[in-house]
Amino acid sequence: MDAILLQVLNGLDKGGAYALIALGLTIIFGTLGVVNFAHGALFMLGAFCAVSFKSLISLEKVTLDPTQKTAWGTPLEIREAYVESWFGDAGTLLINYSVPVSLLLAIPTMLLIGIAMERGLIRFFYKRPHAEQILVTFGLAIVLQEIVKSVFGANPIPQPAPDVAKGMIDFGVAIGFDAGNVVYPAWRLIYFLFSISIVGAVFAFLRFTSFGMVVRAGMADRETVGLLGIDIDRRFTIVFGIAAIVAGLAGVMYTPILSPDYHMGMDFLVLSFVVVVVGGMGSLPGAVAAGFLLGILQSFASMNEVKAILPGIDQIVIYLIAVIILLVRPRGLMGRKGVMEH
Amino acid sequence: MSLAPERRDLIVLVIFAAVVLAAPVLFKPIGAGYPDLLQKFAIYGIFAIGFNILFGLTGYLSFGHAAFLGVGSYTAVWTFKLLSMNPVPAIILATLVGGAFAAVIGFISLRRTGIYFSILTLAFAQMSYNLAYSVLTPITNGETGLQLNQADPRVLDIAFGRDYGAVLPSSDLFGLDMTGYPGFYFCAVVLILCFFLANRIFRSPFGMMLRAVKSNQNRMNYTGLNTRPYALAAFVISGMYAGLAGGLLAVTDPLAGAERMQWTASGEVVLMTILGGAGTLLGPVLGAGLIKYFENIFSAFNEGILMAGFDFLPETLQHAAVAVSSLFVGEGWHLTLGALFMLIVIFLPGGLMEGINRLVAWIGRRGGGGGGEAPATAPQTAG
Amino acid sequence: MVRRTYARWCGRRGAERTPPTRFTSQAWAAGYTNEPKGGTVTLGFNVPQTGAYADEGADELRAYQLAVEHINGGGDGGMLNTFTSKALKGDGVNGKKVVFVTGDTQTKSDAARASAKRMIEKDGAIMITGGSSSGVAIAVQGLCQDAGVIFMAGLTHSNDTTGKDKRANGFRHFFNTEMSGAALGPVLKNAFGSERAAYHLTADYTWGWSQEGSIKKYTEQLGWQTTAAVRTPLGAGDFSQYITPVLNSGADVLVLNHYGRDMVNSLTQAVQFGLRDKQVNGRDFAIVVPLYSRLMAQGAGENVKGIFGSTNWHWSLQDAGSKAFVKSFGTKYGFPPSQAAHTTYCQALLYADACQRAGTFRPSGVGAALAGFKFDGLGNGPTEYRAADHQCFKDVLVVKGKEKPTSKFDVLEVVEVTPRAQVEYPASMLGGELGPYNDGA
Repeated sequence: MDAILLQVLNGLDKGGAYALIALGLTIIFGTLGVVNFAHGALFMLGAFCAVSFKSLISLEKVTLDPTQKTAWGTPLEIREAYVESWFGDAGTLLINYSVPVSLLLAIPTMLLIGIAMERGLIRFFYKRPHAEQILVTFGLAIVLQEIVKSVFGANPIPQPAPDVAKGMIDFGVAIGFDAGNVVYPAWRLIYFLFSISIVGAVFAFLRFTSFGMVVRAGMADRETVGLLGIDIDRRFTIVFGIAAIVAGLAGVMYTPILSPDYHMGMDFLVLSFVVVVVGGMGSLPGAVAAGFLLGILQSFASMNEVKAILPGIDQIVIYLIAVIILLVRPRGLMGRKGVMEH
Repeated sequence: MSLAPERRDLIVLVIFAAVVLAAPVLFKPIGAGYPDLLQKFAIYGIFAIGFNILFGLTGYLSFGHAAFLGVGSYTAVWTFKLLSMNPVPAIILATLVGGAFAAVIGFISLRRTGIYFSILTLAFAQMSYNLAYSVLTPITNGETGLQLNQADPRVLDIAFGRDYGAVLPSSDLFGLDMTGYPGFYFCAVVLILCFFLANRIFRSPFGMMLRAVKSNQNRMNYTGLNTRPYALAAFVISGMYAGLAGGLLAVTDPLAGAERMQWTASGEVVLMTILGGAGTLLGPVLGAGLIKYFENIFSAFNEGILMAGFDFLPETLQHAAVAVSSLFVGEGWHLTLGALFMLIVIFLPGGLMEGINRLVAWIGRRGGGGGGEAPATAPQTAG
Repeated sequence: MVRRTYARWCGRRGAERTPPTRFTSQAWAAGYTNEPKGGTVTLGFNVPQTGAYADEGADELRAYQLAVEHINGGGDGGMLNTFTSKALKGDGVNGKKVVFVTGDTQTKSDAARASAKRMIEKDGAIMITGGSSSGVAIAVQGLCQDAGVIFMAGLTHSNDTTGKDKRANGFRHFFNTEMSGAALGPVLKNAFGSERAAYHLTADYTWGWSQEGSIKKYTEQLGWQTTAAVRTPLGAGDFSQYITPVLNSGADVLVLNHYGRDMVNSLTQAVQFGLRDKQVNGRDFAIVVPLYSRLMAQGAGENVKGIFGSTNWHWSLQDAGSKAFVKSFGTKYGFPPSQAAHTTYCQALLYADACQRAGTFRPSGVGAALAGFKFDGLGNGPTEYRAADHQCFKDVLVVKGKEKPTSKFDVLEVVEVTPRAQVEYPASMLGGELGPYNDGA
């Protein structure tokens, strides 16, 4: 029982990341009708916001000590982080909390990147075939990741969680298990709560603001809304920015779980499309539900007991579910009929 | 100068065949005149032509075509191991198995259209790849790839008294070694045949039907015509092309690796086709050549070559030029490729063929004193 | 540095080279594949420049450039000064200047073979070397055997490279999973006792299985139990669903048979799940990463602290050879070399030296000079290129993640240098056939 509960937690956690990426993809698809293959790259750029912020605040004053040499013959470097020498303990604290603090950097950065992307490239592709949208955004994804690679290298760069969140939380005690049976890393629980709150915030924004109402109306019937004299284009630009922020924030908070490297976006790309399709193209609740569902099923498929019966099932479970859903219920879990059939 | 379509096709075919067969000489100046790359041009040309029969004609965007290529390769290597080192049975079986696999996947995937179809094919291909890499290792030899062994049975070769002795055999067509230039000419002849066949398909009533599927499937269905058998036939044909290409890969280099089936490999053939011009006959071959050229030649440029290339500049400028250009070649060749996709898709949605047509039209206008119509040599674009 | 490369390339451009030759299995002609005719000899450096191992590939390329420089008499000579064979005089090889071509393996067998073929068919390379994974090494080794050129393997750790899939034209300096197991066994016993229960997480492909097998074999000899061995998909990213079952499994050691990004992620996450600080059966829980790479370990940050593993070489070694290499590399590039850089530098030197001693570049001649060759001064103590399987036998380093690193390169500390005698095994144990040398045509 505790093993199953742990796998549910694993799934919720993974599902959180899937859901956030799929949410952004769905927003973009639903409003702009664009299949954005660069969405994984936005997730990756978010993660590298955290990397940049960390390296920015850990900029070091390097003094060379010519009397001492390193093993490779260069003078020994004595390094001291500027932030620490300027702010003392507060600086140390800042470095420790660099991941959550870099959310503040990521929001404006991702908004700008998103708007630049929409204005500079995507808007020219609204009326073009999906194949061309896929190709151009895929090209963009490659360009973005290669730029990141040339700046940061190909190796993963560790981003530790703040010290307070490094430990484990005995989750089981709260729900009636014996102590020590269901313990879970604090940061992963934070990530799950974080993804839930971002999802909640996006839904609330779309439901309760007039801006969101127009966007939802646009998703349902773009032409009519345009005829009402509403400047739907400008709003959609902002919507794209919001989707970029959601992907970026998902990336920032994921860095302590997965050391970021330039390629991480591609790894999530295929998966997040599967999530979107399983949830139903254009359905926001569908994307979120499918994200968590696939995360949990993936976790269960990886259990030894399951693998003993179906060897290799954990390798293909996501795709298998996608195939089954598409054959049994083609519009996805919560999709509308007829979306993207052609 | 309006020629009859048959006539025009014949001229295109003859020129195509001449260029392909003369490729070793023609491509020498751009550094591509060596057997392996020429073989790759021909093989991926076949793959892309086949993909185009599906995508260019019917508009179904398959994101899992690499699976058929991989299956073709595995079949060919197994044929070498079990039957004979002769390439003919290998490519025949590779084509058939590729087609059979496509029939199964196509039958299921074609129940859906649009992006749902793409995701279904992607899912099948990824499942094939993941399994081939891990659980199916006894059949595929996983990460290392399926290789030949001295101890392989090769029953047909033994029956005909062919003994390869203590060395690893390589594929040969009745004594003609299939590596190096003979291998290229073998692939080239197959490419020309495939091109001819594709041309016939494009011009046939069946081809017209497929185009109709692309332009408006609903209307077709309302007329009481079931379009699925047509789409499935196209899917199987393009799967056979992919299987054939996979078989040829194994013929020229008897090793089959699982990464041939990865989704990025499927993406590659989509890029080749769109880059060259989907729905055109020549485009996919051009696109395939361009991408393989990038992969093999651009990735090999290192600082030394760049320094020599910018020889004519003053030294400081030379260093600056090398610093900038080294971002795009060598380890940065992916960046160039990505940027190129974007540029082509943005400015030439019809791919390279559209560029060529525009160029021809422009020259035609200048030469012919401004005739308004595009010249008759423009290849037909579908849809 | 740029200028030196340039000078080499000018030499290269002026050189005559033999036309591309047809691959053939019979050495029927007097010549051999890509026999150098002019004043230069071309080597092919085939390393990952894109993909997950690009940084490792870049380090290999740096080492190769350094080796070429030293062989041609440039720089400070590096390990040529400490190498026991004194055949190389700093004037190239067999009177010819060494030049090189580069290519991208993409860590894919197909791409690596295409790239190696380009070097052989177009650029006239007489030897191919490099790579950062066993799949690629075995694929390229097979190609070089068919083409009739020598292959000097780069970073490849699977037993198969010089076991089941060995080839006469292929040579490996790097160690393998069998040696990792044999070296780690006694150290693990000293550190953790002989009554342990181990839980393996294994990358689900040939190298992973090879390593799982070796570690199981040696730990079970010590009396350890194997609780479970679970296969994980390559590039799984989040390993949490494989790690949580470890928590309550009763195992008290976790063995991570992962490399590269998988290693970084699974180790980071195992520590995140509290496994490093956990107590099971009254004992401290332990994590073991049998194959360590310093370059990759940097990606796991502070999570490597105190974690045991093995490595082929480490820059902190204090023998004359290692010090000379670290100094030479560090002076040129500003940071210490990785084990990938070390093994590729050694391979380039060993190949050049063998050609010089053989007085030819003919693969069968070079192979005969390498097979059974005994040497020292390349950083691993007395070493032998065993004739029976073309595998180098040398001391193996057991390392541990350093508790108090002094710089970002100072991630690992050497716990023990396991002597060569302890990691040797009979060549017949791993199977495979070398077959005859192929000189091509």
